Amino acid sequence: MNDQPFLSEPVEPERHELREEPGYVFQLDRRSFLQFAGAGLLISVLAPEASAQRGAAGTGTLESRLHLGEDGFITVLAGKVEEGQGPRTEIAMAAAEELRVPVERIRVLLADTDLVPNDGITAGSRTTPATIPAVRKAAAAARELLIQTAARRWNAAPEMLELRAGVVTRKGASGALSYAGLAGSEELAKAFQSAPAPEGKLTPLKDWQTLGRPRLRIDAREFVTGSHVFPSDIQRPGMLYGCVLRPPALGATLEYVDLVKIQSLPGVAGVHDGYFVGCAAPTSWAARQAIKTLAGTAQWKTTDQPSSTGLFEYLKQHPVSGGQPRVQIKGSVEEGLKSASRRLKAAYQAAYIQHAPMEPRAAVAEWRDGQLSVWTGTSNPFAVRDQLAKVFQLPPHSVRVIVPDMGGGFGGKHTAEAAFEAARLAREAGKPVSVRWTRAEEFMWAYSRPAGLIEIEAGLDDKDQLLVWDFANYNSGAAAIVSPYRSPHARTRYVECDSPLRQGSYRALASTANNFARECFMDELAAAAGAEPLEFRLAHIDNTRLRDVLVAATDRFGWRERRGKKKPGTGAGLACGTEKGSYVAACVEVSVDPATGAPRLLEICQAYECGAILNPAGLKQQVEGAIIQGLGAALREELQFENGKLLNGSFARYRVPRFKDVPKITLEFLDRKDLEPVGAGETPIIAVAPAMANAMFAAAGERVRSMPLRAKGTKS
Amino acid sequence: MATLRFTVNGKARSVDTPGDRPLLDVLREDFKLTGVKYGCGEGQCRACTVLINGRAAPSCITPVRAAGGKSITTIEGLSNGEALHPVQQAFADEGALQCGYCTPGMILTATALLERTPHPTPEQIVEGMNGNLCRCCGYPRIIAAVQRAAGHRPALREGTNGE
Ligand code: FES
Ligand code: FES
Repeated sequence: MNDQPFLSEPVEPERHELREEPGYVFQLDRRSFLQFAGAGLLISVLAPEASAQRGAAGTGTLESRLHLGEDGFITVLAGKVEEGQGPRTEIAMAAAEELRVPVERIRVLLADTDLVPNDGITAGSRTTPATIPAVRKAAAAARELLIQTAARRWNAAPEMLELRAGVVTRKGASGALSYAGLAGSEELAKAFQSAPAPEGKLTPLKDWQTLGRPRLRIDAREFVTGSHVFPSDIQRPGMLYGCVLRPPALGATLEYVDLVKIQSLPGVAGVHDGYFVGCAAPTSWAARQAIKTLAGTAQWKTTDQPSSTGLFEYLKQHPVSGGQPRVQIKGSVEEGLKSASRRLKAAYQAAYIQHAPMEPRAAVAEWRDGQLSVWTGTSNPFAVRDQLAKVFQLPPHSVRVIVPDMGGGFGGKHTAEAAFEAARLAREAGKPVSVRWTRAEEFMWAYSRPAGLIEIEAGLDDKDQLLVWDFANYNSGAAAIVSPYRSPHARTRYVECDSPLRQGSYRALASTANNFARECFMDELAAAAGAEPLEFRLAHIDNTRLRDVLVAATDRFGWRERRGKKKPGTGAGLACGTEKGSYVAACVEVSVDPATGAPRLLEICQAYECGAILNPAGLKQQVEGAIIQGLGAALREELQFENGKLLNGSFARYRVPRFKDVPKITLEFLDRKDLEPVGAGETPIIAVAPAMANAMFAAAGERVRSMPLRAKGTKS
Repeated sequence: MATLRFTVNGKARSVDTPGDRPLLDVLREDFKLTGVKYGCGEGQCRACTVLINGRAAPSCITPVRAAGGKSITTIEGLSNGEALHPVQQAFADEGALQCGYCTPGMILTATALLERTPHPTPEQIVEGMNGNLCRCCGYPRIIAAVQRAAGHRPALREGTNGE
C-alpha cells in the first residue's frame, strides 16, 4: 500500500463510467463460416430503398441542432438517449421555452448517429447541465433570428415587436411572421449554416413559462397503446432472429463445436468466428433450438474462478497489478489518530448487483451495399458506431447507429454487445438479424455494479468532534468518496482491484457504496460520542446546501419527536449525502422481522435539491424510482456466484423490488431558483440504504455493515 | 407442427407452428404484435401479459398450443380506435411510465384486475399487481393510475411535492 500523498490527483468520478473496448474480435473470413440450405431464405431480397443520407449536418451549426418545419413543427436534434429518465420531454420543454412555442410543436429526434450532433454518452447526469443549455442556446438563437428577420422585413425596431406562441407581430400594425414562415427563407439558410452557430440569450429563470412547470412524458400515448418501437421491437424486411452460444462459465473458452449438426435445419445460418458462435433463423424459437443442438457438441476449457463467498478478502488481496491507489490527504492521519481521545474502526461491504433493466440488450443489424445500420439500446451511440466500424473494418461514416427510446439502462447499457452479435450474424446471413438477450444472458453476461469493501477509521477529539478520518474503498469506485464532514486530518483512498465479475457503471456509480459506509459510520461515531445522529452531523457540516436538505427532511419527518417514541421492532434512521452537485437527505422508519432479521422499509421522507427544477413531474418520478430501486440493493439484491457460474441469475432468485415493497414516500423538493439546474436521475438513490441500516440499529440494536442489509447470522 | 386457430384482438387468426413455441413469440414474430414484451421468460415479470379469454396470463410461459381456440387480447387490441381504454388513459394522465417497457403488461394486468374488482382497495391493487415488475420502479405512479382508472382519483395533483 502506498501511503505517500499525491494530493494533485483528485479522484474524479467521471473516469469511472464504464468505457470498455468491445470484446469481439472477428476474422470476418468466409472460410470459417458455414451457411446452409433452406438457402432461399439467405438470398438478400431487400427492396432497394433510398439509402439514408450519411453524416450528421455540419456540426457546430444551428442546423445540426434545430430544424424549422414549414408545417410549423420544430425538430430538435440531440445525441442523448431516452431510457426512461426523461431527456426527451426535458429537451422539448427547453426548446419550447426559448422559442416561445407550445411544447406540442416540438419534435425531438434523439440518438441517430447519421442525423444528430454527438452529445457524448448519456451518463453522469450530464444531460441537464450540458445538453439542455446547448439546446436552449440554439433555440434562443432561432428566436432572435425570427425577431430580427421580422424587424428587417418590416423596417421596425425589434422592441416594437412581440413574439407569442411562435408568431411575431408588430404592435399597432399588421403583419405576422412565424417559424414556419421563416423556414425556407434565405435569412434562415444563411444563419443556420454558419459555424460556429450564433448563440441566443437565455430566458432568465424568473420569466420561465414552460420550464419549471410539471410536464408528463410528451409521448405517453405511444407507450400506453403499445405502438412505441423499442430496440427489441424493430422489424426489418426479411429479418431473422439470432442466438449466440454462451460459455458455460466465466473464463471458459471454446475448444470445439460442430456446426454440421445444424446443417439440416431449414433457413438457419450458423457462424463460427474465433470464440464467437451463433446462428440466425426465421424464428427465435428455431434459433434457440439450433443453439441447444450446438451446445450439445461444444467442448470448453474452464479455469478456476473466484466465488462470492470470500469475495471481500479476495478483492482486498487483489489490487490491480501495478496500479497505485488514488489518495487524497489533508493534514496527517497518523498524527490525528495519535492525539484522538476516542477511536473507532469499521468495515463495510456492498455486493455486486445487476441493473436488470426491464428490456434486456437487443439489436437489429442490417447490411446494405457495405454499409451497416444498427438499431440498438445503448447509452453511447457514437462510441458504439466507432467500435462497430473498427471491429468490422469499415470507415465510421459507413456505420449508422440508431437508438430507439429503450426499456431502461440505469448505467448498465454503456456497451452494445447485441449490436456486434447481430451485425456479425447479419453479415453472414445476408439479411437483417435481430438479437435479443434473454434475462439469463443479461444476468450472466452484462456487466454488474462493482462490489466493494470499505474500511474506515476515525478519531474524535476531547470535545467529541471529528479529528481524523481515514477512508479506503476497495474496488467499488471513487464517486462521492470525499467526505462532506469537517475533519482536520483526512485521508481518502480508492484501490482498484481485479474484479471476478465484469463490472461497470451503475446509477450513481460508487456514491451509493461510499455514502452507505460513511453515513453508517457517522451514526456509529455519534453513538460512541453519546451524540444524537442529526446534531452530530450538523456539527460537522459546512456546506449549507447539504445542511438545508438535512434540516428539510428531518423537519418534515418529525425526526426529533419520532426518534424518541419507539414502537417495538421498529426504528428510525437518517442519512444524507451529495454527489454530482445535488443534495439528498432521508429519514426512514424500518421494521425488523424478529425471526429472520430482515428489514422492511415502512416509510421514507426524502428531501432533495438539484438547483432550479426544470420539470417537477419528471423529477418526482426520478426520485421515487431512485428510492425504490435503491431499496432493492438495500434489501435483497446480490449476485451470488461460484467458480464462474451465477447461482441466482433469474428474477425468481434475484429479487428486485415489487409493489409490495413500496413504502410510504414523502418528498420535499428544495427548488433553488438561484442556482443552475443539475441532473437528478442518480443522487436520490444514495441515502436510502444507510438510513435503513441506521434505523435497523435503532430497532434491533445491531449494526449491519453490508449491502444488502442483513442482520448477523441471517441468510438472504 | 400444428395448425392452431384463435381470435387475436377480435380477428380470427391461424398459424402453423410447433405447439411448444411460447405464445409470446408467435404474437411478436408471426403477428408482429410487438406491444407484447419479453422481460424474463420465466413468468416472473409479467411484461408479456396478454388477456386470454379476459384473464391476464404471462404469454412467455404459455405454449401457443394452450391458446388454441381462445380469444387473446394484446395491448394493441385494447383501445377502440382513437379513443383510449380508460386504463390506458389513466396511465397516460398519471404519467405512470418512465421507460414504458413494463407499461403494456401493467395496463393489461390492471384491466383484468378492475374487471374482477371494479373498486379495489389499495391493498387489493398491490396484491393484484405484485406479479408485474417495473425496473424503473415507478410503482407509486402505477398505483395512482389504477386508482384513477377505478374512478378513485380526481385530477393529477400539480406542484412539486409528494403525497
Ligand atoms: S416475460 Fe413473461 S413473465 Fe417475464
Ligand atoms: S417504466 Fe421502465 S420498467 Fe416500468
